[in-house]
Amino acid sequence: MRRLILAAMLLAGAASAQGVTQNLRIGLREDPDIMDPTLARTFVGRIVFAAICDKLFDINERLEIVPQLATGHVWDDPRTLRITLRPGVKFHDGEPMDAEAVRYSLNRHLTLQGSFRRGEINGVTAVEVVDPLTVLIRLAEPSAAFLSQLTDRAGMVVSPRAAEAAGRNFGLRPICAGPYRFTERVAQDRIVVDRFADYWNAAAVTIPRITYQIITDSTVRLANLQSGALEMVQSVDPDDVAAVRRNNRLRLSISDELGYQSLTINIGNGARAQTPMGQDARVRAAFELALDRQVLNQVVYEGMFNPTAQPVPPTNPLHVPGFLPEPRNLDRARALLREAGVRTPLAVEMTVPNSPDLRQAAEVMQAMLREAGFELRINTMEFASSLQAAVRGDFETYLLAWSGRVDPDGNSYTFMHSRGPQNDGRYSNPEVDRLLDAARIETDTARRRDIYGQIWAIAIRQDRSRIYLWHRKNIVAHSARLTGFVAIPDGLIRPQGLRLQ
Amino acid sequence: MITWFIRRLGQILPTLLILSFGIFALQQLMPGDPALILAGEDRGDPRVLAEIRAELMLDRPLLAQYGHWLWRLLHGDFGFSWRIRVPVGELLLAKLPVTAQLAAMSFVIGVVIGVPAGVLSAVWKDRPLDWLVNGIALFGISMPNFWLGIMMILLFSVQLGWLPPSGYVPLWEDPWQSLATTIMPAFVLGTGVASVLMRHTRAAMLGALEQDYVRTARAKGVAERVVIFRHALRNALIPVVTLGTIEFGRLMAGAVLTEQIFSIPGFGKLVVDAVFNRDYPVVQGVVLATALIFVALSLLADVLYMLINPRLRTA
Amino acid sequence: MSATQPPPVSPARRALRTLLRHRLAMFGLVVVVAFIAAALLAPWISPADPLATSWTAIRRAPSAAHWFGTDENGRDVLSRVLWGARASLLAGAIAVGGALLIGVPIGLLAGLAGGWVDAVISRIADAMLAVPFLILAIALAAFLGPALENAMLAIAISASPVFVRLARGMALEAAATDYAEAARAMGNPPGRTALVHILPNIAPPLLVQATLSIAEAIIAEASLSFLGLGQQPPQPSWGSMLNSAQRFIENAPWLAIFPGMAIFTLVLALNLLGDGLRDALDPRSSRR
Repeated sequence: MRRLILAAMLLAGAASAQGVTQNLRIGLREDPDIMDPTLARTFVGRIVFAAICDKLFDINERLEIVPQLATGHVWDDPRTLRITLRPGVKFHDGEPMDAEAVRYSLNRHLTLQGSFRRGEINGVTAVEVVDPLTVLIRLAEPSAAFLSQLTDRAGMVVSPRAAEAAGRNFGLRPICAGPYRFTERVAQDRIVVDRFADYWNAAAVTIPRITYQIITDSTVRLANLQSGALEMVQSVDPDDVAAVRRNNRLRLSISDELGYQSLTINIGNGARAQTPMGQDARVRAAFELALDRQVLNQVVYEGMFNPTAQPVPPTNPLHVPGFLPEPRNLDRARALLREAGVRTPLAVEMTVPNSPDLRQAAEVMQAMLREAGFELRINTMEFASSLQAAVRGDFETYLLAWSGRVDPDGNSYTFMHSRGPQNDGRYSNPEVDRLLDAARIETDTARRRDIYGQIWAIAIRQDRSRIYLWHRKNIVAHSARLTGFVAIPDGLIRPQGLRLQ
Repeated sequence: MITWFIRRLGQILPTLLILSFGIFALQQLMPGDPALILAGEDRGDPRVLAEIRAELMLDRPLLAQYGHWLWRLLHGDFGFSWRIRVPVGELLLAKLPVTAQLAAMSFVIGVVIGVPAGVLSAVWKDRPLDWLVNGIALFGISMPNFWLGIMMILLFSVQLGWLPPSGYVPLWEDPWQSLATTIMPAFVLGTGVASVLMRHTRAAMLGALEQDYVRTARAKGVAERVVIFRHALRNALIPVVTLGTIEFGRLMAGAVLTEQIFSIPGFGKLVVDAVFNRDYPVVQGVVLATALIFVALSLLADVLYMLINPRLRTA
Repeated sequence: MSATQPPPVSPARRALRTLLRHRLAMFGLVVVVAFIAAALLAPWISPADPLATSWTAIRRAPSAAHWFGTDENGRDVLSRVLWGARASLLAGAIAVGGALLIGVPIGLLAGLAGGWVDAVISRIADAMLAVPFLILAIALAAFLGPALENAMLAIAISASPVFVRLARGMALEAAATDYAEAARAMGNPPGRTALVHILPNIAPPLLVQATLSIAEAIIAEASLSFLGLGQQPPQPSWGSMLNSAQRFIENAPWLAIFPGMAIFTLVLALNLLGDGLRDALDPRSSRR
């Protein structure tokens, strides 16, 4: 009997081993939200979209914008974008992907109730079909960032027929023009997609099926990879990188991300802004000078992340190279506190979302700040509560991450402009507003970088409106049997070019 | 007995009604605005927020929202998940077999290990066997599930390669694979249940073994095995039944940490994710389902009490 | 008050004497007292400051300098275990004490009164068991603010239905026994019957459950500290030490082993003490 059971288990193992050669299994760290390009908002959702929904444009590893469903673009004038489309592209339901579909999709992003794309492309005043393969997009004003929006979900084109039929439930069975079509989803467990035979670039797609498995615990995610139950995992912890490197059956791919980790300071949002920290830039300067980002990064992230002082990561051509974190300087920090006339130790509260690494980072900062005369009180909260507290101004400082955008406007305007939707600390400086508006319409890279340099000098160095801490890395680990993976700063896993041996 | 049973069934509806309102109210009192969560990185745009609130009726008074929810429920509609827009009824049906399978396996492991261990340890009180069993049980209680779970994955999946590290395969798709994916989490949960049942069985057995009728039976020369199982154990069962039904209910409510470690898509993860995302219809649905299970189990406990001891009042 | 007559041996005194003779129970008592002493004397017996960080010595394995190693911020784990005893012992004792105080009288009332009183209490207990602990904790954290005491309250509330059900079940059984019926027949008021005749009989399962719940409470405190309730960083508690150890379970296992051992030892000692108490309270066991 026992031998029989053993034989059965071996058979089961053999069956699953056979499955390995056909399918790619990718471990995701959380369950994506709704799979509708218009309504989706999570980062992990974008990883799945990379397989099922092609975009008008894409980005490459140097963050350059390259055509995908489009074949090219021309600015007729600074307010009019002409896009030519790839001929012969089909949606998963067999419908043709044409100018009419692009017009429908952009209008859907602009008008569907609860659309998350509207904010990204709200400068659009009209979308016109010139001929089946040409679209004109008219903007209210020139925008340097507009094209980059079309490299993400706002640039995804959906099948008008399917979208019209499903309405708000389109996300339950999305129909796009990507290399894979949506097959099945089991909430909190997996999403399965199958190769789309009529994909326009079918030659680049060799793996018949991809299963995205949701595994929230990072140790377990890695264990699945090590034991061969997955071929690829997203977001490996820096602590586990050494273990992956030691394993010769695994490969590691590390790239800089688009976003950052920062500390929002409540400067003008309600009663809790009325603290020395909120009212006196010298106190905030002392706070920042007490931090040693290098050590912070070393202790919490094994030195793998990039310490920073600005919201734009070094890989971005608009990164301001000379704008670096100041070295830790306790004497100056103490002197600034004396100058500001505050009684030490000065109590400052930090709201921290309840992830273990951020909590550790807060504890490290707490110890560093104590030496300068700050008493940091850590207030851990689950994310939903912390978000509401931030919007309502019920915080002094808030340790918040931003996933990042290709264009620096997406990393700065919404947080620094006095009318920015995510300016939770209500920082307001007319000169910064003016410069941010100017950066939006400046299309020359060098001149635009200069403007951002001026913004950082005022908003970050002079006013100390926020403290930027580090840029994370996208750390992807995969089986050595998987080849052809190209790491791109947005951290997505593009199935084109992937091969499994 | 029959009227008692019918009366008990009649209590189910008001209980669920009051609980559902309680949870509804508690969710509204919880900090964290669902519209803010759903708005994501657009949360600063009042227009987006207003649209979301209008669509989900969050701008209406509490009673109106509750009334609407109840009205839909009467039509068999649990609403849909705000986060992924899947109907809640569908989610519950998808998770129920997973949780039920895991709960049943864990509970069987818990009872099969826990009750005999408790009996043995009571019969051999203050001997090495008693100490050993107690030591293991208390170790099981003090060891966090994540520790045991990760250790098992590292040993059986990564080192030995015997079992899949995580995930779930439905029983009807592939029974072997299904057992292979659930045996480790069931063991982790089952050892916890076993420890609780062992400690309670032991204490109750010790009390029962000292009762006069057990002494009498022994004095009459009744075989020791009969004394233990027929006389003592039966009378020791009241606290074991109480705890057993509660533990089973807890397993059915979902064990979030264990589900998370082993990536089992059950009730526990469903409700925790729903709470963190303020996905209220999902929370409502899961709590309602769990409450039904707890009410049924407490009815079962009372029936078992009466079977064990017919003298108990049918209150 | 005559000094010449030897005082009659009261049941309480006899129980105490049995307890003192119980070797394992005494061992348990000594360990529990040692833990309490460690918690109280932490400032004097800790080898290091439990909050003192050292960036050059993070996650060091146990050594002569650091017997239990250092944690992810370079703090001495032994000192943190000693200091953490304060929060963890308090969390365990107060949460379980609270659950007992809430649950046992209500459960006894349900079991003895029966009828609609029982129905209402039992259904409330059912409903409470179904409320996710997380919701209760988040709501309490928002209303009462972040503090260790509020975490204990949340744990006490969520643990009390178990005691209600346990006490009720035992009361039902005890009320059906001959001596309880006899007491009722003799006209003893029900409250007195409960206290004198039933409580001693239901004490063993309550003791068992209380000692088990303490372990749960100590671990639960940690998950609450992540929600803003409970012990806040950098102050240590065993539960939160275990929680942050989860990230380093492969690279630095001692971070989990030592607080885990502390919980295990405490729970073992409490259970030994509880078993001794059970033997001591059982009037029949002395006849052996």
